[in-house]
Amino acid sequence: MALLQISEPGASPDPHQRRIAVGIDLGTTHSLVAAVRHGVAECLPDEQGRVILPSAVRYLPEGRRQIGTDALAAQAEDPENTIVSVKRFMGRAVTDVANREHLPYRFEDRPGMLAIATRDGVKSPVEVSAEILATLRFRAEDSFLDDLFGAVITVPAYFDDAQRQATKDAAELAGLKVLRLINEPTAAAIAYGLDNASEGLYAVYDLGGGTFDISLLRLTRGVFEVVATGGDAALGGDDFDRSLADWALAGRVLESAHDKRAVLVAARTAKEALSDAESTELVAALDAGELRVTVTRAQFEELAQPLIAKTLSSVKRVLRDAKVKAADVQGAVMVGGSTRMPIVRHAVGELFGREVLTNLNPDEVVALGAAIQANQLAGNAADGEILLLDVIPLSLGLETMGGLVERVIERNSTIPVAKAQDFTTFKDGQTALAVHVVQGERELVSECRSLARFELRGIPPMAAGAARIRVSFQVDADGLLSVSAQELTSGVQAAITVKPSYGLSDDQIAGMLKDGFASADADMAARKLREARVEAERMVLATRSALAADGDLLPEAERDALEVRLSALAAMNDDADAIDAAVKALAEATEGFAAERMNRSIARALTGRDVSQL
Amino acid sequence: MRLTDNDFQLFGLPETQAQDRAAIDARWKALQAEVHPDRFAAEGAAAQRVAMQWAMRVNEGYQRLRDPLKRAAYLCELRDAPVQAENNTAMPAAFLMQQMEWREALDDATDEAALTALDDEATQAETTVLATVQRLLDEVGDASAAASQVRALMFIQRFRADIDQRLAALDA
Repeated sequence: MALLQISEPGASPDPHQRRIAVGIDLGTTHSLVAAVRHGVAECLPDEQGRVILPSAVRYLPEGRRQIGTDALAAQAEDPENTIVSVKRFMGRAVTDVANREHLPYRFEDRPGMLAIATRDGVKSPVEVSAEILATLRFRAEDSFLDDLFGAVITVPAYFDDAQRQATKDAAELAGLKVLRLINEPTAAAIAYGLDNASEGLYAVYDLGGGTFDISLLRLTRGVFEVVATGGDAALGGDDFDRSLADWALAGRVLESAHDKRAVLVAARTAKEALSDAESTELVAALDAGELRVTVTRAQFEELAQPLIAKTLSSVKRVLRDAKVKAADVQGAVMVGGSTRMPIVRHAVGELFGREVLTNLNPDEVVALGAAIQANQLAGNAADGEILLLDVIPLSLGLETMGGLVERVIERNSTIPVAKAQDFTTFKDGQTALAVHVVQGERELVSECRSLARFELRGIPPMAAGAARIRVSFQVDADGLLSVSAQELTSGVQAAITVKPSYGLSDDQIAGMLKDGFASADADMAARKLREARVEAERMVLATRSALAADGDLLPEAERDALEVRLSALAAMNDDADAIDAAVKALAEATEGFAAERMNRSIARALTGRDVSQL
Repeated sequence: MRLTDNDFQLFGLPETQAQDRAAIDARWKALQAEVHPDRFAAEGAAAQRVAMQWAMRVNEGYQRLRDPLKRAAYLCELRDAPVQAENNTAMPAAFLMQQMEWREALDDATDEAALTALDDEATQAETTVLATVQRLLDEVGDASAAASQVRALMFIQRFRADIDQRLAALDA
């Protein structure tokens, strides 16, 4: 019998055996980082013992910045330079931001995504989010006294492609390797399902600070299958604050940034007090004097009603999409700080005809679920413990004649998913075709979100309708889209990863990294080398374990050739570019082997094991 | 097992219209448990790329197999009688009459009860046609006749989608 290894708390027995992977909940109002330690997922605290990091970034003079609690405390005093709820701006243009006249920021329009002018220069929401992520990354590295293998970052299920890509860019900017983007309600379901050993159909109602998600999941023996999802990427606790603030102001218009922020802060405090008290006072120190209004819970609930009704109509749509009735749902799990409002719990409970499940910490559960998944993706957990089968929240399509949308991939399709559709030319002799990719459920292009445009050129002149143009959509396991087009008779091709039209280009990210983001004091070259080595080590380990398991698939000569590459790579340690090149070469050399292994594992799945055992 | 296998081979199921949905679901999950990119997240890019291809292929098969209409259309295609919904719209006259009646009823329906009643009626018709399709494919072995019934099913499905949209509009 093997002896159990016992190690220092937080330390791993052998860095090669255990990879440190974290789950990060990048929230509108607050963010958390969690990891699995000793088999249990837990949120990691900062030096003061706080697990919650307020999602607030304040830009100070001379390039300094405050992140978290200190920044939050300064939001009314320095509103223009203190960015809160930045998540609402991810992947959004200025015109997308509702109520922007009530916000204290100096927005700048930029192609694709807005930016905010601060005393430290113009900041993209991606950069602001990266500050928060980097803070959590450092917290995790300090907890483990080691570099991270990677992170699972959560996003609202209803985030569209632009918002997901922006989140991934932010993580990259913060120096994190993204193992996977997963949906917040799905992460919550993992934590809940594993804790409660639940089976059956569950609804996760996730009302956060700025986003609302509703997901229906079927839980069976470690498989978390999302059946349908819906929501509103711009509806959350902030809107309840806004509503209450407007009511308290009774038509008064605020001019200064300070007043705009102060009244929102006061409204939030009053809202939170009303979760326990029947009545409270909303007090804000405005430039022109104090604003003091008594508000009862009944008054607040009347204001909240239309917002809650919006969430309930999303819930109904999801039930309809899943072709189930509310009564079929075994439990409604409440996630997100905004579900602390009694009226929310009551309304959701009424819709499902049962008490809602509130036995989780609504702030922590998403990060905990992400940590469990991160641990599994890093290869630490026992094989096959959990499997996530998630879906895309919004349909993807193309613009066709007359500004209409032709749907290519329907919402609630399980990812990864690929689908191709054939189109043809409209005019005789047409040699180019504009491909406009959109996301949304409406039939008019103008009512959907535009994701990307590209052109397929060089089509040989043919009669109208003779060309056959196949447009292929591919959504990966992170929910990110890429599109390619090909004219089948001539083979002319064009492809796009749906990124440059709104997000940051790789060059921009590289530029920001060079500008010293998140590593102002670190030596960039040293960091690059370290990252290359981590990647090389990862690759060597993965290939070695693949060879150990399935080496018999390869002829001896090929196995030997791989061994030579592996030893050479393992021995390299001072030239980052050379290491990167060797890693790439190894990846290419093992492509065929990877395919063979996959085929074997599929064959095994079908023949070796009975379905009931899986 | 190859990426080019047909859906039934991939899922290890008999090539028939009659299927046990629970078995399809179980096979899907079993296959995904083997090929999903999450299983290879700690491995190299090559393994992940291959895994993604497989996972996409498995999901594609699952989409077709689990939906009786898509499954029937797929079987018709495998048996050289493609449905060709876009250029073959021949439909039995009685079916067209019923379609028109339904359309009128949908225009007149204003509340949830009326819409739900109409949906129930369409669902019933769908079940009947599906049974016919299954008989034609599995017992009679007449894929062309099945294909024409599948075209009728597509109309019913579109009609039900329209009802659904009206119901959604009531909620909003």
